[in-house]
Amino acid sequence: MTMDWLSGYGLQLIFGAVTMLSVALVALVVGTVLGISLGTAKIYGAKPLRYSAEAYTAVVRGVPDLIVIYLIYFGGTVALTKITGQYVDINGFAAGVAALAFIFAAYAGDIFRGAIGQVPRGQTEAAHALGLSPRAAFFRIILPQAWRLALPGFGNLAIILIKQTSLISVIGLEELLRASSVISGATRQPFLVYSVAAILYLIITSIVSWGFRNAGIRSNRGFA
Amino acid sequence: MESCSSEGGTVVMSAVTKRFGSFAALKGIGLSVDRGEKIVICGPSGSGKSTLIRCINRIEKHDGGSIVVEGCLLDHRLTNIDKVRREVGMVFQSFNLFPHMTVLENCMLAPMLVRGLKAAEAEDVAISYLRRVRIADQAAKYPSQLSGGQQQRVAIARAMCMKPKIMLLDEPTSALDPEMVKEVLNTMIELAGDGMTMICVTHEMGFARQVADRVIFMDEGAIVEEGAPEQFFRQPKTQRARDFLSQVLH
Ligand SMILES: Nc1ncnc2c1ncn2[C@@H]1O[C@H](COP(=O)(O)OP(=O)(O)O)[C@@H](O)[C@H]1O
Ligand SMILES: [Mg+2]
Repeated sequence: MTMDWLSGYGLQLIFGAVTMLSVALVALVVGTVLGISLGTAKIYGAKPLRYSAEAYTAVVRGVPDLIVIYLIYFGGTVALTKITGQYVDINGFAAGVAALAFIFAAYAGDIFRGAIGQVPRGQTEAAHALGLSPRAAFFRIILPQAWRLALPGFGNLAIILIKQTSLISVIGLEELLRASSVISGATRQPFLVYSVAAILYLIITSIVSWGFRNAGIRSNRGFA
Repeated sequence: MESCSSEGGTVVMSAVTKRFGSFAALKGIGLSVDRGEKIVICGPSGSGKSTLIRCINRIEKHDGGSIVVEGCLLDHRLTNIDKVRREVGMVFQSFNLFPHMTVLENCMLAPMLVRGLKAAEAEDVAISYLRRVRIADQAAKYPSQLSGGQQQRVAIARAMCMKPKIMLLDEPTSALDPEMVKEVLNTMIELAGDGMTMICVTHEMGFARQVADRVIFMDEGAIVEEGAPEQFFRQPKTQRARDFLSQVLH
């Protein structure tokens, strides 16, 4: 029994955790870029762009996350099959990352929109008066200050994202939850297995929380 | 593509108008500023002083008339706006230093991004101007660690690091505690001694007397009166200017 845990099941759980972390990390990066774009579009964009961004948020928020994941997985399969002319089973990792990134971006967009709006207008004016291009003003002056304001909400979203990776077990990716359910089936010790999984989730989310707290302290440098 | 010529005054505004919704903030401003001239603009709150100087570097967009700065006509053309902003520095009432950057970084950013200086060159320029405003020893601090007067002197240095031909100052001492007004005024007086063209909105009449070539008095979006400081302070021509002066001079 102990041997089984050390050799097979333990390793399987660890692999599940690594898969989970990889999905979360890539989804976080993609979702952040998309979220900043959405937030920026909502504040600075021309009307059509602004409305598209609002519509996006409304749709993703209004549809259950699991359905978003299914739609992207099956929709992706259909689309790829159409394009290539032969049946393609879409990569579960890619579909999982895409779905979680799209969901993440919908919420992150509004956090960034709020944060960008909170940076005093004088900051943009000073940047323009110094001759900075709108692009430089945004990336060097506005975004770093908005980032600081967005960080607490953004950190919460990242924690939620980590837990949401469990949803993509439904499309067959062996992340932590799916690994746990496979092992609990084999060992007939569901309580033990899910407890171990819960502890792994807890350890990871705690580390991430701690990281965001430190990032928050660092981002407050210079602010009284 | 004709764009900027080098003729005429350094700032020439003619019949400039600006509305905010239905409210007319500037009602046909005509103003011509010579190279090296020091102009002080005063007038009651809400008379359009900030709006006027903010139109000069297109922080505010005017609706009618024309503004030519250093030979560049300010219109919809973005290239001209860039050229103008490179030659025009601005100091704000509320400093508007970048809080996430140190004093030194505040001063180095635009010379590097806009003028293409290398970091070492930008740092030399920054340190030399920070020295001139007597704050080089605070270069590594963040703005929030400085007093208001120190922050405003950094803001002046930051603007100077772009080596502008024209400096716009919008009530640079109004947000300061009384004991800090003097250090900033002294810095401005030094600045004036450099031969820089200066347009300064201020109610510091001592500064106006000492430095200004011309005082402009605004009310309700128009220039009501202008003249040499001596004449303006001793014998204002209009009742509105007399009322205003009796208020600011106690
Ligand atoms: N962004 C704005 N939107 C609406 N009204 C404005 C705006 N900026 C200035 N105003 C109005 O224009 C008038 C002139 O303002 P301003 O130029 O700031 O006056 P001053 O600097 O002389 O106090 C004021 O009545 C002010 O309320
Ligand atoms: Mg004003």
